[in-house]
Amino acid sequence: MDDSITLKGIKDGLLVTIKPGGKWSERMKRLAALIDGQGNFFRGARVMLSVGARNLGQRELQSAQKMLAKRDVALIGVLSESMNTTGAALKLGLRVDLGAADMVTSPVAQVAPLPHKPPRIDPEERGTHGVLLRRTLRNGRTVHSDGHVVVLGDVNAGAVIVAEGDVIVWGRLRGVVHAGAGGDEAAVVCALYLAPTQLRIAGYISISPEARPGKPQPEKAMVRNGRIEAVAWDYRNMG
Amino acid sequence: MGARVITITSGKGGVGKTTSTANLAVALAQLGKRVVCVDADIGLRNLDVVMGLENRIVYDLVDVVEGRCGLRQALVRDKRVPQLYLLPASQTHDKTAVSPQDMVTLTNQLRADYDVVLIDSPAGIEWGFRNALAPADEVIVVTNPEIPAVRDADRIIGVIEAEERSIAVSVVINRAKPDMIRRGEMMSVADVLEVLAVTLLGIVPEDRRVTTASNNGAPLTLADRHAPVSRAFVEIARRLLGEEIPIRDPAGEGVWLRMARRLGLGR
Ligand SMILES: Nc1ncnc2c1ncn2[C@@H]1O[C@H](COP(=O)(O)OP(=O)(O)OP(=O)(O)O)[C@@H](O)[C@H]1O
Ligand SMILES: [Mg+2]
Repeated sequence: MDDSITLKGIKDGLLVTIKPGGKWSERMKRLAALIDGQGNFFRGARVMLSVGARNLGQRELQSAQKMLAKRDVALIGVLSESMNTTGAALKLGLRVDLGAADMVTSPVAQVAPLPHKPPRIDPEERGTHGVLLRRTLRNGRTVHSDGHVVVLGDVNAGAVIVAEGDVIVWGRLRGVVHAGAGGDEAAVVCALYLAPTQLRIAGYISISPEARPGKPQPEKAMVRNGRIEAVAWDYRNMG
Repeated sequence: MGARVITITSGKGGVGKTTSTANLAVALAQLGKRVVCVDADIGLRNLDVVMGLENRIVYDLVDVVEGRCGLRQALVRDKRVPQLYLLPASQTHDKTAVSPQDMVTLTNQLRADYDVVLIDSPAGIEWGFRNALAPADEVIVVTNPEIPAVRDADRIIGVIEAEERSIAVSVVINRAKPDMIRRGEMMSVADVLEVLAVTLLGIVPEDRRVTTASNNGAPLTLADRHAPVSRAFVEIARRLLGEEIPIRDPAGEGVWLRMARRLGLGR
């Protein structure tokens, strides 16, 4: 019996494990034949490919995706121990682990190019809208919003917030934040303790100094004089 | 109902998951609980060596999942402590030989006959961790007081919090070195909790005898119950069973940290 491909049910679909060795194209042919041989069984299935240490590029993953799509099977992710394969999968918007769909699992994704598209909405016109998070935003978590982001809790190192509007953190801000990501230079970033790994507003970037003298105080960062500056965040600086 | 299923994980490798599983298992069994340890680190297999049960293994977890034997047959009994069992990992199989659903089925079978099922998770957030997490009622995240370990612990807690069902998370700080903390060379307990903001279950000091004991196949809690490390594990076990025992800051004199309190706020 050919055991180069094994199947297993997982929470949200099927896990297809491709044995190491052999040619990838042969393996994919074998998978196609296996699906075709099962009648309607695979119809509408969601599939996660587990490819071990195999090094695959975007092209190979795309052709696998196409082959599956032709059979009405959705490729939702790729599990691999290879950085290249994982990177290629992330670039295609595929999942690279069995976790929640909103998870960013690799530093590759965290340094992905920032959105260049102009803001789709004008918050002033439509009234302000945004996301409110009432928890600690932990390492590896990402929040994207075309409005504002408000966090009641800490934003830990390794967490990423990208907002077209403002970012307000009622807690310690230690992760990476990009406010005004659509190009709005009037966007602000406020935190009870402002110590981001990196802070961006529109096209400006700043990195927190290692140690900051004095007692931590609430601060507001904004673009002024052609760079990002932080001022005390209190009743004198509300506007 | 029945047993509580507790998974021991970490994110970063080598911080003391297997050590904690073995010592906690001994402590819980000595307190009269019926305990099964499940080694979910498939492909690496380690817990059996640390527990000194390696030579008595006949079947393993994958044999159970693939139906080559019954669950009971695969359990190895520790003769030195009453009511302590191990379900060993397989060394020969790929980790994908077991699915999260398999783990749920398997632990459900154990629930009726035991009080505590302790699952030793592999490091990372991939397949093996998913297997270990799937059946968990509670998770203990082990970390060391070092930035990389704490970062990864934070990461793994984020993954657990993203699960649909809510799972209780607590943290054990292992390998604390009081003199280094006092000199500011190591993260303090408060520093760790400020980032993780979860319940502190206990602090285990660094002690070279932990490794010697594991090498001899007798967790330190079994070999020398008066060692500070053993006392720490016994206290952790008792806290797990609901006792309120204050936690002492290893670096502070007279500073008592209260249990079951979110300490991100200070002392
Ligand atoms: N409190 C301690 N004091 C001294 N050494 C310790 C302590 N805890 C663990 N160790 C040692 O650290 C090493 C790693 O521990 P262990 O195998 O338990 O980690 P692990 O998290 O299970 O690792 P892995 O991720 O590889 O499964 C072992 O040699 C162990 O003896
Ligand atoms: Mg281990």
